[in-house]
Amino acid sequence: MTRKQRRLTLIGGSVGVLAVAVGLVLYAMSGSIVFFNSPSDIVEKHPGPSTRIRLGGLVKPGSLERGADLRIKFDVTDGKSDVPVRYQGVVPDLFREGQGVVAEGTLGGDGTFNADTVLAKHDERYMPKEVVDALKKSGRWQEGETK
Amino acid sequence: MIPELGLYALVLALGLALIQSVAPLIGARRRDAALMGLASTTALAQFVFVAFSFTALAVCYVTSDFSVATVFENSHSQMPLVYKITSVWGNHEGSMLLWVLILSVFGAGVAAFGGNLPAALKATVLAVQSWIAAAFYLFILLTSNPFLRLANAPFEGRDLNPILQDPGLAIHPPLLYLGYVGFSIAFSFAIAALIDGRIDAAWARWVRPWTLAAWMFLTLGIAMGSYWAYYTLGWGGFWFWDPVENASLMPWLAGTALLHSAVVMEKRNALKVWTILLAILTFSLSLIGTFLVRSGVLTSVHTFANDPRRGIFILAILVLFIGGALTLFAWRAPLLKQGGLFAPISREGALVFNNLFLATSCLTVLTGTLYPLALEALAGTKISVGAPFFNLTFGPLFVALMLAMPFGPLLAWKRGDLLGVAQRLMAAFAIGLAAIAIAFWIEGGNSALAPFGVGLAFYVMSGAVIDLVERTGLLRLPLAAVRARAAGLPRSAWGTGIAHFGIALTLLGIVAAGTWGTERIVALKPGETESLSGYEVTFDGLSQQPGPNYTALVATFTVREGGTVIGTLRPEKREFAARQSTKNEAALMMRGASQLYLSLGDTNADGSVAIRLYYKPLVLLIWLGAVVMMLGGALSLSDRRLRIGAPKPAAKAALAPAE
Repeated sequence: MTRKQRRLTLIGGSVGVLAVAVGLVLYAMSGSIVFFNSPSDIVEKHPGPSTRIRLGGLVKPGSLERGADLRIKFDVTDGKSDVPVRYQGVVPDLFREGQGVVAEGTLGGDGTFNADTVLAKHDERYMPKEVVDALKKSGRWQEGETK
Repeated sequence: MIPELGLYALVLALGLALIQSVAPLIGARRRDAALMGLASTTALAQFVFVAFSFTALAVCYVTSDFSVATVFENSHSQMPLVYKITSVWGNHEGSMLLWVLILSVFGAGVAAFGGNLPAALKATVLAVQSWIAAAFYLFILLTSNPFLRLANAPFEGRDLNPILQDPGLAIHPPLLYLGYVGFSIAFSFAIAALIDGRIDAAWARWVRPWTLAAWMFLTLGIAMGSYWAYYTLGWGGFWFWDPVENASLMPWLAGTALLHSAVVMEKRNALKVWTILLAILTFSLSLIGTFLVRSGVLTSVHTFANDPRRGIFILAILVLFIGGALTLFAWRAPLLKQGGLFAPISREGALVFNNLFLATSCLTVLTGTLYPLALEALAGTKISVGAPFFNLTFGPLFVALMLAMPFGPLLAWKRGDLLGVAQRLMAAFAIGLAAIAIAFWIEGGNSALAPFGVGLAFYVMSGAVIDLVERTGLLRLPLAAVRARAAGLPRSAWGTGIAHFGIALTLLGIVAAGTWGTERIVALKPGETESLSGYEVTFDGLSQQPGPNYTALVATFTVREGGTVIGTLRPEKREFAARQSTKNEAALMMRGASQLYLSLGDTNADGSVAIRLYYKPLVLLIWLGAVVMMLGGALSLSDRRLRIGAPKPAAKAALAPAE
């Protein structure tokens, strides 16, 4: 192989691998990304059942209902709008009424959000950033409330 | 008094760092031995002062001096001693102090063990190292003073975040930082080479042991963090593609690439410019990791506080160092003497292949990590990029890398024989295919992906074994000759084989635990039994038990296999009064390399408890593989050629170095 051919092999190989990687990234971006929404966003836009969504807000006090087989229902609120959420499974330790929560899943046809993952904050000082932003947007956030 | 002394020591360290940033450079210019020698003295002194400062902070924690703000915020007088010590770095300020402590350890290491370095190179490296140190001392002193006093000392502290009160935390951050910060040495060497405008194979020899050591710590640190998340977060996941995890994975990928490209540079005097670039990028990714974690851009368990001033300061450090280094690279790299090109089918060609795929996979992780941040900043849209994205992008690239992995060590330098290597790997192909068939049969043909993963793991493992068998002549030569060859084989060859075996073990663990793991999420009343993968778990009852700074709700479960009792599981839920917070302690039972995993959920009014019960086949291999990789690195590090160091003048390289 001549010097030129060797260089071409190297450059060609690198470009090829990069092209494949870019293709993979673009493909993955189109299919496997989850959008974050506040309850108000959901009420306004009402996304279809095929889009995966992350819903963030506070667990509305008094809305938590526990059913059989670890089924729970609760409302997620940002102070302006509420979205009812259905979930089956064990909720995180710090999942409580009045606390921040992020639920991931899809919106059902009846307007109830079917969550397959429920995340809560890690400790009492920390609130998921997405929840803080959602509350800020709806004007329910007071600076210095939680650090 | 002690906090003030600690602070004062840190200010002195800054002063020393500033001197060390400039004087040795002037010395190197003027060939002034005294000025160049100054760098070693100041580097050792910096270490002494930072160590003093760190000890002072540790003393404040151990003695529960709540007049110090960070101690008040993150400690509690009732905490066990070990957590009092680990809470030193369980918060932003203390962890940054640990960061600079480790930086000064590495600086002192170069000063103490770099005796065979050319004086000018050593002086320049230490000066560059000191630029980094000075920037971070300033960061601590200006934005994150760990010794800040409170006007009125409270009687009791606010306790450490419960999920950080864990033995895993004691080791995870220091290991990770040893890795992150260790790459600063490679960075400093790269910058020194660019300033010097000269680079040769010996340079790679000096850089490799430092990079290897950092890589070992980072490997272990990532594995520790993953195991810690696995048993602490209570849902049995070991990797979440969380941006903070990605922040540690990216330097690992780049660092792994750097290790391999440095081999090419050392052996064949090629890939010089690329190796320099990789050294810069690896540490840049470590800095980006520090920025992402410490700035509050991301929220996670690792984010201790959101102070925008800190974010901007770290961002400034980031821009200065990465931007500066890349500018210097663009300006000076063309001056470096290029190494030769080489045939694509050769050992060096395989190492380039490795670099190409590691760098590209690192790029996809970077994209997935930064894209949501960029999108939010630019368009205001919030998205979350999770496991599906990384499985689709990172996954295929890593599969390609692992398919090629057994070929590399078997190919000869300069001109390899691909067909010959494929023939020698026949047994590995056969074992891999057999593993696929067996896994497919066990699984019942549900998915093709998992058996393929198992096959890939076995193929890489047998490839590593074949490499070592070939080199030692096992099966071919008489035993005495094999022993002699095994003893004569460079330790780095053993290291390669073992490290490659390790990554395959990790892959096997990931595939097995991810695909054949079973789970039950149920509510059990006392006396009720749930069965899972041949195990029956009976809930016996709940009890309250006091701990040092918490009260624990302990549930007892009896585990039976085929009717015989094989043990009990006692998951706990700990209530920490000081933080009004709870922490789950999952109960684990080892079954070989597999585990039974039980964590508690809520207790209900009817006396039942919600539990998550998992059976994780071969899950331990995930972390065991990382330990094996690290051992491979350690063997390679103890290699003769690294231990002795490079011969002093390059011209005498042909002479055999004497011990």
